[in-house]
Amino acid sequence: MQNESHDGPDGGAPLLDPGLLQETLTVAMRTGGEFAEVFVEDRRGISALFDDGRVEELTSGRDRGAGVRVVVGDTTGFAHTADLSRTGLRAAAEAAAAAARGGGGGVREVVLAAGATPAVGPVEVMPGDVPKADKVALLERADVAARSSGGAITQVAARYADSHRRILIANSDGLLTGDSQVRTLFSVSCVATGDMGMQTGRESVGHTVGFELFDRVDVGDLARRAARRALAKLEAVPAPSGEMPVVIGPGGGGVLFHEACGHGLEADLVAKSASVFAGRLGEQVAAPIVTLVDDGTMAGEWGRYAIDDEGRPAQCNVLIRDGMLTDYMWDHLRARREGRPSSGNGRRQSYRHLPMVRMTNTYLGAGDADPDEILAGTRHGVYVAQLGGGQVNTATGDFVFGMTEAYLIEDGELTYPIRDGNLIGNGPQTLLDIDAIAGDFAMGSPGTCGKDGQGVPVGDGTPTLRVTRLTVGGTAA
Amino acid sequence: MAELLDIADRFVGRAVAGEQIEVVVVHERETEVRAYEGEVESLTVAESQGVGVRVVSDGRQGFAYTGTLDEAAVAEALAEARDNLTFATPDEFCGVAEPDGVEPAVLDLHRAALADHPTDAKVAMALDLERLTREADGRIAGVESAEYADSVTETAVATSTGIRACSRETGCFVSSYALAEQDGETQTGFGFSLGREPGDLDIARAATEAADRATRMLGAVKPASGRFTVVLDPWVSAQFLGIGGGTLSGEMVQKGRSLFVDRLGDDVASSVVTLVDDPTDAAAFSATATDGEGLATRRNVLIDGGRLDRFVHNSQTARRAGTVSTGSAVRGYASTPGVGVQAVSLLPGPRRPADLIAGIDDGILVQGVSGLHSGVNPVSGDFSTGAEGLRIRRGELAEPVREFTIASTIQRMLHEIREVADDLEWLPMNAAGVTVVIGELTVSGI
Repeated sequence: MQNESHDGPDGGAPLLDPGLLQETLTVAMRTGGEFAEVFVEDRRGISALFDDGRVEELTSGRDRGAGVRVVVGDTTGFAHTADLSRTGLRAAAEAAAAAARGGGGGVREVVLAAGATPAVGPVEVMPGDVPKADKVALLERADVAARSSGGAITQVAARYADSHRRILIANSDGLLTGDSQVRTLFSVSCVATGDMGMQTGRESVGHTVGFELFDRVDVGDLARRAARRALAKLEAVPAPSGEMPVVIGPGGGGVLFHEACGHGLEADLVAKSASVFAGRLGEQVAAPIVTLVDDGTMAGEWGRYAIDDEGRPAQCNVLIRDGMLTDYMWDHLRARREGRPSSGNGRRQSYRHLPMVRMTNTYLGAGDADPDEILAGTRHGVYVAQLGGGQVNTATGDFVFGMTEAYLIEDGELTYPIRDGNLIGNGPQTLLDIDAIAGDFAMGSPGTCGKDGQGVPVGDGTPTLRVTRLTVGGTAA
Repeated sequence: MAELLDIADRFVGRAVAGEQIEVVVVHERETEVRAYEGEVESLTVAESQGVGVRVVSDGRQGFAYTGTLDEAAVAEALAEARDNLTFATPDEFCGVAEPDGVEPAVLDLHRAALADHPTDAKVAMALDLERLTREADGRIAGVESAEYADSVTETAVATSTGIRACSRETGCFVSSYALAEQDGETQTGFGFSLGREPGDLDIARAATEAADRATRMLGAVKPASGRFTVVLDPWVSAQFLGIGGGTLSGEMVQKGRSLFVDRLGDDVASSVVTLVDDPTDAAAFSATATDGEGLATRRNVLIDGGRLDRFVHNSQTARRAGTVSTGSAVRGYASTPGVGVQAVSLLPGPRRPADLIAGIDDGILVQGVSGLHSGVNPVSGDFSTGAEGLRIRRGELAEPVREFTIASTIQRMLHEIREVADDLEWLPMNAAGVTVVIGELTVSGI
């Protein structure tokens, strides 16, 4: 069903004439560049916010432009423009070439060969074809469902957003390829008020699919889950403080791996020795039950794409197999220097940004433990049902992640909900401290990963797992 | 600049009877140079622009934006915004700002010297920064990033209610992220310098600071858990202010999403705490004479000697609260005006940081925090963040510590602020940093 013609009046037109791309690349290479690339992007989106009992606003946006980069030696020159005319592109190409400062001169003609674009995930209902009223109706339904979950729910915000991003990439190796990426997102945030103050609960769902997302996701259920989370925390006790076992529920733990080792396996950081995992290929870096995968091909997932922002097809990359470090993640530039292929992890926030190595959908493979037994075998610790965001210093390996729904474990049972807080650990140590992985794999919530000021959509997933020792950053003794 | 206002005026002029239109136009020119191992790693020269159109009719608002100044694209955004408003719920307080007679401060925020500075000289600054960081200490094994970045930003806001505001600002900074190595252990440190033109930048200082911060962490151990007196350095206190400032937004308070709901006039902090949001202070990196709705910014005292005095408002939240805008509308061209602090700082005290530390028998100086975005809940007030720094023993800085968290609630921490030092410094964000002593926080380590 995926069809460009579904995208409004000009959806079927190519983003840019291949002849013009070829001309732009030739200009970019004129000063002796070794590699040049034009990245063209046209992104449309709409978001709608229901807050404080009202449809507060709908926002429509469109961003369109091109980024040109030229590589000479170790230097990358980059320029971007919103002007996709011949004049605008030529100016950007000249600026990028000047920035890269190719000394050699000479003319190198670039010839583009349109490659077969990998099949993108089928989009059944293009969000642009759906009446805005239908999107607003979802928000109203979520608000009603959340508020009817309990009188203590004092505030609800629901957000709907969709985007259609079309990209076209041409480079001096002759590559010409493109992709059409449709993403749909829905989130609900609730505030509950009780005697001990206010608490929050949030749920979100996002997929690289169209409006058919709502055929299988009931926004009312989503809203009730967010409300329940806020209500449960009204009774929450302060989180404990210090080192203890931590059990992470299915779907909840992806952020842990994203931070504990995902970033540290990005080749740009590895090349600068800014990662604790540099020089450790082939070594045992995790418990033997750990198999970690970064997979840009997972159908419908939030970090899914057909080609990355350098034109390379997405891949399923096994990073750690049975505890052994098998590979890093690569973009074009880093792979080119190492004389190896990119792993399809070159991504950028928009045409205004240079690509770099980024994760896609990062997940921990299922194990064979029983989730109930993992819990029953934990005498005293913390069970995290939902994680918030996280952060890592890849050079030291120290990472943190937030818990937004968590419980105390006492004698193998969940007892009290605990208040929000961060956990801290050290990546290499934490990977070795994983002593149980269950078979109940689930993907987590859609995320936005930030690196060097650029945000890109990423997914993650885990089964239930236990880390024997993490530091819980609460306030209780 | 006149050109941006012309675009805004043209589309504001299309307002029909009973309709309000607000147009914001932004144009930005940026240069960014990254150096690595004596070479230019990347050089970006870029120009971005965009237009946001807000239309209000019958108490409903719709919004659309486009990342270009192209007339046809702006016309399309206007049509989209008009269509979008038909789906909104009417709200009697909805509307664009009205002129309020407050004259914008005359601030000298634009320097021609920045645009005139040759790109080669900017490249040389990044290369110097990288070299000086490597040379600062024998234990510096590498520099993860050494960067020079600048921007020239022009903004115009016009409304059919008669607002016409323009601003033009330049800013630049250098930042270095050093890697120190010893006995197979790596530690990191960050240093920077900022200004309105390249001549303001102190590259040697940025390099030395990055190297010092990294090397002083070598040999760091995980501390024992417990309750400690904690000193936040300026870099850390500014990050807390930037996030904490959001809880003083009139919008968050009205929507019941701030821990300060119903607390106006209460003593919410210790008496040494006076919190000011002053975008008219030209020394602030984020200084601006007009806000996101085109109203004059002003100096707002939010917490005065510990007492919660005021929330910040844009024109819409002000109408709802029955007050006037504090000139605190914040936005880019791609969003409607929100409400927020723009240049927030704590009133500095009389003593130097070293004098404050000298009075602490057993404590921790925190020089870096992580996970603030996941670790601070602005509604409940719970916070818990990763931290690193140095132990304080008998009034002196002692061994480095890492991989621990500091936790409390914002409510409690504000009352625990014992003293604010005299070392106020504006940072590349919407807040100034200053050394602060917190009487007690929970430290989670071993």
